[in-house]
Amino acid sequence: MTSFNVAVVGLGKMGISHMAIARRTPGLRLGAVCDASSLLGNAVARYTGTPFVQRFDDLMTMPGLDGVIIATPTRLHIDMIRKAVRRGLHVFCEKPMTLTIAESQEAVSLVRQAGVAGQIGYHNRFVGTFAETKRLLGIGAIGRVRHVLAEAYGPVVLKPAGGTWRSSAGEGGGCLFDYAAHPLNLMNWYLGVPEDCRGAQLPRQWSSDVEDAVYATLNFASGATGQVSVNWADETARKMTTRISLWGDHGKIVVDRQELHVFIGAGGAAQPGYRQGWTVRNITELTPHPAFYLRGEEYSAQMEGFAQAMATPSQPYVNDFASAAGTDLTLDLIRVAAQRHAEPPAVTATLKPAPVRRLTLFGRRTGHVGSSAT
Amino acid sequence: MDRILFGDNQFFGINHMSEDKARQQAMRFADLSAIVSTIADARDAGIRTFMCTTHERIGQVAEIVRRNPGEWGDFAFYPCMPYAHKYANAITEHGYLEAIRRFLPEGGLFDAALRGGKALLTRDAEKMATLLIDAEMKPYAGLSTPVVFLQNVVTDLLLGLGYDNAFRVFADHVRKRYNAEPGFITMNLPALLPVLRSVGVDNPIVCANVNKAGFRMSGGIEAYRQATRAHPARVIAMSPLASGALPAAEAIEWVTGERYVEAILFGASSAANIRNTVDLIRSSDARLAVAA
Repeated sequence: MTSFNVAVVGLGKMGISHMAIARRTPGLRLGAVCDASSLLGNAVARYTGTPFVQRFDDLMTMPGLDGVIIATPTRLHIDMIRKAVRRGLHVFCEKPMTLTIAESQEAVSLVRQAGVAGQIGYHNRFVGTFAETKRLLGIGAIGRVRHVLAEAYGPVVLKPAGGTWRSSAGEGGGCLFDYAAHPLNLMNWYLGVPEDCRGAQLPRQWSSDVEDAVYATLNFASGATGQVSVNWADETARKMTTRISLWGDHGKIVVDRQELHVFIGAGGAAQPGYRQGWTVRNITELTPHPAFYLRGEEYSAQMEGFAQAMATPSQPYVNDFASAAGTDLTLDLIRVAAQRHAEPPAVTATLKPAPVRRLTLFGRRTGHVGSSAT
Repeated sequence: MDRILFGDNQFFGINHMSEDKARQQAMRFADLSAIVSTIADARDAGIRTFMCTTHERIGQVAEIVRRNPGEWGDFAFYPCMPYAHKYANAITEHGYLEAIRRFLPEGGLFDAALRGGKALLTRDAEKMATLLIDAEMKPYAGLSTPVVFLQNVVTDLLLGLGYDNAFRVFADHVRKRYNAEPGFITMNLPALLPVLRSVGVDNPIVCANVNKAGFRMSGGIEAYRQATRAHPARVIAMSPLASGALPAAEAIEWVTGERYVEAILFGASSAANIRNTVDLIRSSDARLAVAA
């Protein structure tokens, strides 16, 4: 099997996790790690033996590199994507892709022109239950879909918060970009990118600079409607809980990470493994073994997917840049709709870049946080 | 090590199959008394070991057991550390260094604080790790803790990162400071065993998913059999029912028949389920003994 030499950029929670998985994924070799913090990077190099490079530009001159795994704050993604693709490297990047639609579109054309793989870390598409839902919709198991409800709840911010990029709107923090992106990405996978957002609210509860919840109404080209209910200040969830409910002409699907509930109605046709009425299937039977497990099969499966995409970048693969740009478009649709009705100060706060502060290469001087909440 | 061990996932709203079920369990065990009475049910069914994460509520359970030695006798705890959510949340909120500072012992413990300060200055992760282990072990003071485990999220992270010597540091500290056997929980047993041997942790106690469905057995069932033949280990099978995906009788018969499995860990919420699972294990073991 061809083995690709990759480097992990950004040693926050997600970066460390990607590093561990990449080292153990067949088809990948971990050549280096890169982070603005030399304290952290040197410690990682000392204890794990993986070479550390402090400056991204120096990493770009490292010989023999095939790809990068970017897990830095969102604000830094586009520059790194540009430099990596210019060098002909394959790119795996944490979500969301960039902070603006124009930059996301630019990234899509860059990888397309260069003929390299570009994959975004929407790991839910590698969860067995969510992937099976995609398959069922594809074969029309519940007929034409009329409505989708996309939900996510979790205990991320439970008291007045500030201090990391996660709580800064200009750096891609906030419940919309950091949290709602996940259920929206799944919703788009199932129904396509919505055309319109007819109402959205981005209320604050604990955060001073960003929203703590996302509530929105969406419309799809097929005529289907969608609702989004996402709240990262929900203490009752042990960890992030993402659920998608779909109402079709001939049935209904309710799916989360653990369970898939499928109802096939009187007008629908039973499918292999799915009878008329309710069928419940679980993650335990819908999940293939990854080569290495850390935190969830989906994180390993997406790295295995990246290795495959690097081998055959012209073949279709899950979570390509174009699909992630569609999610960015949806995030923007909601943001713009919310601005229409919001109080002026809240509006400008979500649009303006973060107040000027001195930033290191990876955008922080203390604290080392990756780019995803999950 | 006993053949049957009692686990704690059901007490903390953890269910790998269903969030609804997890929520129902979280409600059922909202009161400490419900947790303690279920552990007592396990004890009354003949189980003598409770394998539990270092969750703060378990500290309260430990306190009750400590106060009632007459009732609990030689009942043992196998602490599993760390309770990872606590650290993950703190790192998200405060960054790595501040998070670690917050979990290190407070100034009153002069020796520990001094070592901690020096460890931070010299960036010595290994000294820091032993301090964190001590902080996690505090609630168990005075109780029987013959085996101390590293949780799978940490074991597998270290395994993935290639920080192999950390396993040795953990093993040495647990042996020296607590006179206990080190244990390692993992979802990657075939990858872990050769690494443990390479750092001199021989015949380790390893707790891993072992179930007929192959659920969360990285590499697959056959890889587990081969790995344990090549690298002797004392294996505790967890998730024998694959979180409820398998019928109990079939699942238990299969897991008791896996030769490398030395002990079986399970969790249950009712006295009837506990007794039923214990009976299944004992009768399956008896059948196998006769057959042999």
